[in-house]
This record gives sequence, C-alpha cells and structure tokens, in this order.
Amino acid sequence: MSDKKPERRDFLFTASYAVGAVGVAAVVWPLVDQMNPDASVKALASTEVDVSSVKPGNTITVLWRGKPVFIRRRTQDEISEAKSVKMEDLKHPEKDEDRAKDPEWLVMLGVCTHLGCVPLNDKGDYDGWFCPCHGSHYDTSGRIRKGPAPLNMEVPKYEFVNANTIKIG
Amino acid sequence: MSDHEYVPSSKFGKWFNDRLPLLTLASHLTDYPTPKNLNYWWTFGGILTFCLITQIVTGLTLAMHYIAHADMAFESVEHIMRDVNYGWLIRYIHANGASMFFLAVYIHIFRSLFYGSYKSPREIIWIIGIIIYLLMMAAAFMGYVLPWGQMSFWGATVITNLFSAIPLVGEGIVTWLWGGYSVDNPTLTRFFTLHYLIPFLILGLVVLHIWALHVPGNNNPIGIDVKKPSKDTVPFHPYIVIKDGFALLMFMIVFAFFVFYSPNILGHADNYIEANPMVTPAHIVPEWYLLPFYAILRSVPDKLLGVVAMLSAILILAALPWLDTSKIRSAVFRPLYKQFYWILVADVLILGYIGAMPAEGLYLLIARVATAYYFLHFLVILPVLGFKEKTIPVPLSITEPILGGSPNLAMAKNKESLDK
Repeated sequence: MSDKKPERRDFLFTASYAVGAVGVAAVVWPLVDQMNPDASVKALASTEVDVSSVKPGNTITVLWRGKPVFIRRRTQDEISEAKSVKMEDLKHPEKDEDRAKDPEWLVMLGVCTHLGCVPLNDKGDYDGWFCPCHGSHYDTSGRIRKGPAPLNMEVPKYEFVNANTIKIG
Repeated sequence: MSDHEYVPSSKFGKWFNDRLPLLTLASHLTDYPTPKNLNYWWTFGGILTFCLITQIVTGLTLAMHYIAHADMAFESVEHIMRDVNYGWLIRYIHANGASMFFLAVYIHIFRSLFYGSYKSPREIIWIIGIIIYLLMMAAAFMGYVLPWGQMSFWGATVITNLFSAIPLVGEGIVTWLWGGYSVDNPTLTRFFTLHYLIPFLILGLVVLHIWALHVPGNNNPIGIDVKKPSKDTVPFHPYIVIKDGFALLMFMIVFAFFVFYSPNILGHADNYIEANPMVTPAHIVPEWYLLPFYAILRSVPDKLLGVVAMLSAILILAALPWLDTSKIRSAVFRPLYKQFYWILVADVLILGYIGAMPAEGLYLLIARVATAYYFLHFLVILPVLGFKEKTIPVPLSITEPILGGSPNLAMAKNKESLDK
C-alpha cells in the first residue's frame, strides 16, 4: 500500500466512506437525542411557592422539575454561623451572601451533590443538613463541609415575585 | 469439531442437512469430547443457561401484566402479586431468579479463577463472559427499578448519578439518561425497554461464549491440554448431560427454597413503599450481588476516583489473562497461588459484607484495606507470582496419574520444560 501512489479509486473510496459516515451520523443523532428531556418536561420549568406561613427555623420542601427544593427561613444564629465561616475551611468556597440573596431565606436544591440523595434537615456536625446515603455534612448555608460530596448544594435560579411568593426557575 | 463427518441416517434428514446443517450441529453437540475429570464446579455453565431461560420466560409473562408508568408501575406489581393467576409465583421466581443467576455466575467465575480457565487459548471465552457479566448487572439494576418502590427510585438515582462524576459532560449525560431533570417517568419507560432487550443480547453472547468454548474445548481440573477425542475424554451426551442435569436439580432445590419459603429475604423492605422523590430511605443498599463493588465505591473519599475504582474493579477482570503470567493453569499445581486465591475469595466476601454496612469508622477502614488488597492481587501478586512460584509437576494426561498409581515424575512435564 505505502509504495503505491493514491489513485482515483482511493479518492472515491475515501469520499464514499466520508459521505457514508455523515449519513450514519445524521440517522443516529435523532435516535440519541430522543432520550433528552422532551418539550413537556421542559415546559414544567418554573414553580411559584407561597412562603408566608414559613416561620424562622423552619424548612419547607417543594418539588421542582422532579427534584426537591429546600426553602429555609433561617434564624439569626444560623445566618451568623454561616457568615462567620472562613473561606479556607470550605471544600467548595462560596460566600453565604452569594448563596442567599436575602440572608433570611435560603433556597437550594435538596439534592446531595454526591449521588443525588435528599439530605436530612437539622442534622449533621454543622447544624445544617446530613445525607444519609454516604455521610455528607452540609452547613447552615448548604455548603459541603465533610464527606464525599464534591460541591455545595446547588442554588437554583429564583426570585421573590412579592414578599410572600418565591418563583423558582 | 468432531473428526468424523456426520451423515444423517434418514433420507429426509440427509436432504434437510444438505440445505441447513442443523443435524451436524446437533451431532457435534452430543459427541463433543469432554475431559472426563470435570467436577461439579463445571456444571454451572448449564445451570446459568437454565437461569437465563427462566428469567426470559418469567419476564415475558410478567411483561404481559406490568405497566411501565411512574403512576401505575407500583400498583401493577401489586396487581400481579394479588390478582393475576399465579402472578405471585412468577414474580417471586423472576425476582429470586436474578439472585440465583448471580450466585451461579459468581461460582462460575471463581471456578475459572481457581482452575485458570481464562488462560490461553481461552481468553476470548473469558472476555465474552465478562461482557455477559456486565450486561447481567445492567439488566438486574434496571429490573430492580421497575417496581418503582423507594429502593428502586433511589437506587436508580444513585447509580445514574455515578455518571455525573465524569468531568465536563457528566451532568449532560445524566440528564440524557433520565430524559428529564430527575429520575421520572421517561427514565422508567426506557429502563423497561432496555431491561427487555438485554437478556436477548446476553442470549446471543452465550451462543458466542459456547462457540468459542467449543474451539479449544473445556479446561479441566488439572488444567492440561487434552487430546480429543482420546482416553481422556468422554462424549458430552450422555455423560455430561446427566451430570449437569443432576447438579441442576440440586440447584433448583435451593432456588425453590427461596421462592417458596423466604421469597423476600434477598430483597429490601423499603421497596414495598412506593417511590417518593421527596424522601430518601435512611440506608440505601444495592442488591447483595453488587455489594463488593459498592464497598469499593464508598471506600474512596473522592467522587470521581470512587467511580473509577469501582469500574476498574470489574474491568480489571478482562485483563486477567495477561496479568496472570503463570503458564500453569490449575491452582492444584500452584501451591502459592492456591493460598492467594482463597485470600481473594475472603477479600471479596469481606467487601460484600462491608458494602451492606454504613460507611463509617472501622467499617470504612476495613473497606479501604480490602479495596487496596483487591487491586494488589490483580496488579502485583498475580504478575509476580508467575515468575517466583515453584509449581508442582503437571501430569502429561488425565489418565496417567491414575493408571500409574502415582504421578510418574519421569514422564511429567515440569515448569521448565513448559517454558521452552
């Protein structure tokens, strides 16, 4: 092969394989993409929650996109505890101000960033959350402090529509 | 493979066989020369075929009543248990059948490890076997999701989240697997589809596994090459058929014990609670047959490395024919390997036990030591052992030590002559 010069036929082979490969890819893509979230799943992208009945120190859990979202009205102690943590002590450094726009309200996905379990409220070594599956501890800002989870619990996009209503998504 | 050419006796048989040589195949399978010293550890190939057929038949009948929808799956399984004629029996056979399948496959794999069945010229048989084992795990995992109980849901969540450990594309892959932003109805329907498909893929691979086996023929307890056909072999039928059949009966007694006397002992009580995405059960455990790998996953404190360690623990088996450098197959003639073999068995059992325990304190320490030893066995001990170990002389044939009364050392090949 190597001592032979490319001929017209080699060009034709290469061109045919290339066109064939593009054709196969064009057919395979719809078969792969059909597994991605469909329009009806995407349509459920936002949820409005009435938080007027949540008292300080309480957490409510709502379902958004099939996942639990924790909405916690934090006490002053919890807020000061979250703010006093040094950045060097954090595995995934994030300031509490960046996680809770209004320090009284912490809104985050109640999904452990390790393997997706729902952590338990008011548990663990840091007064925040504890994941029963593989033992990750989160603090009062939902930041990972101990255990196998790599990241803090995710804060979704949300806004206060009015003083009593939070819109998630 | 038979040396003689098969000719059907009837005229129709000859006419048919000339057009489609099925009778030649049947003749090959019945006459297939088998080493005459095969022990009962060799009966698990047949037992595994039985397990596969059982799962396919019971699975097909369950699928006639099951509804793959997040709102109805749990109820339809209860409907099978309470309303469908013999539904309880079929479902308990299917659920316990999965455990029996894995029990048999582990014995089959450890048989190969002891007698060196994965070594040249049987590497392809071994690798096909590992692929079958991987598919079995996938099928079992997806099957466990279908009843849509709490363990189903959270097991699915944890296992699919393993993919999120992949850098950059991990999250995208998980969303793609789920068909949404969490495990939900789209996940259930695709798992049902794949759970239905995989057994037939396994069936095809089993055909290749047996085909590849019939090229060199069976390994045997003393691990030597056997001349075929010869005084060292017996025809598959009736000798092996009867032996396999007897072993299968014994196996079915164990199987029936689980189905009729403790059908839920291998399952988890939480799976009789319907899936709830808001509450994770306090203690998530996979089915018993995945526990050693689960222990390896949890013993590594880093998410990505834990997943890598768990997958490596399975995939390392595929490289086994090249990691084991000893030319002697059977552990019978390898005094040191024999001891390391049993240490490995104990190590895997310990990992299995730890996998069911909470990941903390002493358990975590033991899990780490056992995980390290698992990799040490395959990556260091096996390669070194082939060079260092002084093996026992191997007989020339299966018949020789028996007819000679004791191994004839003058006739025996030792390791040095094998190396030439």
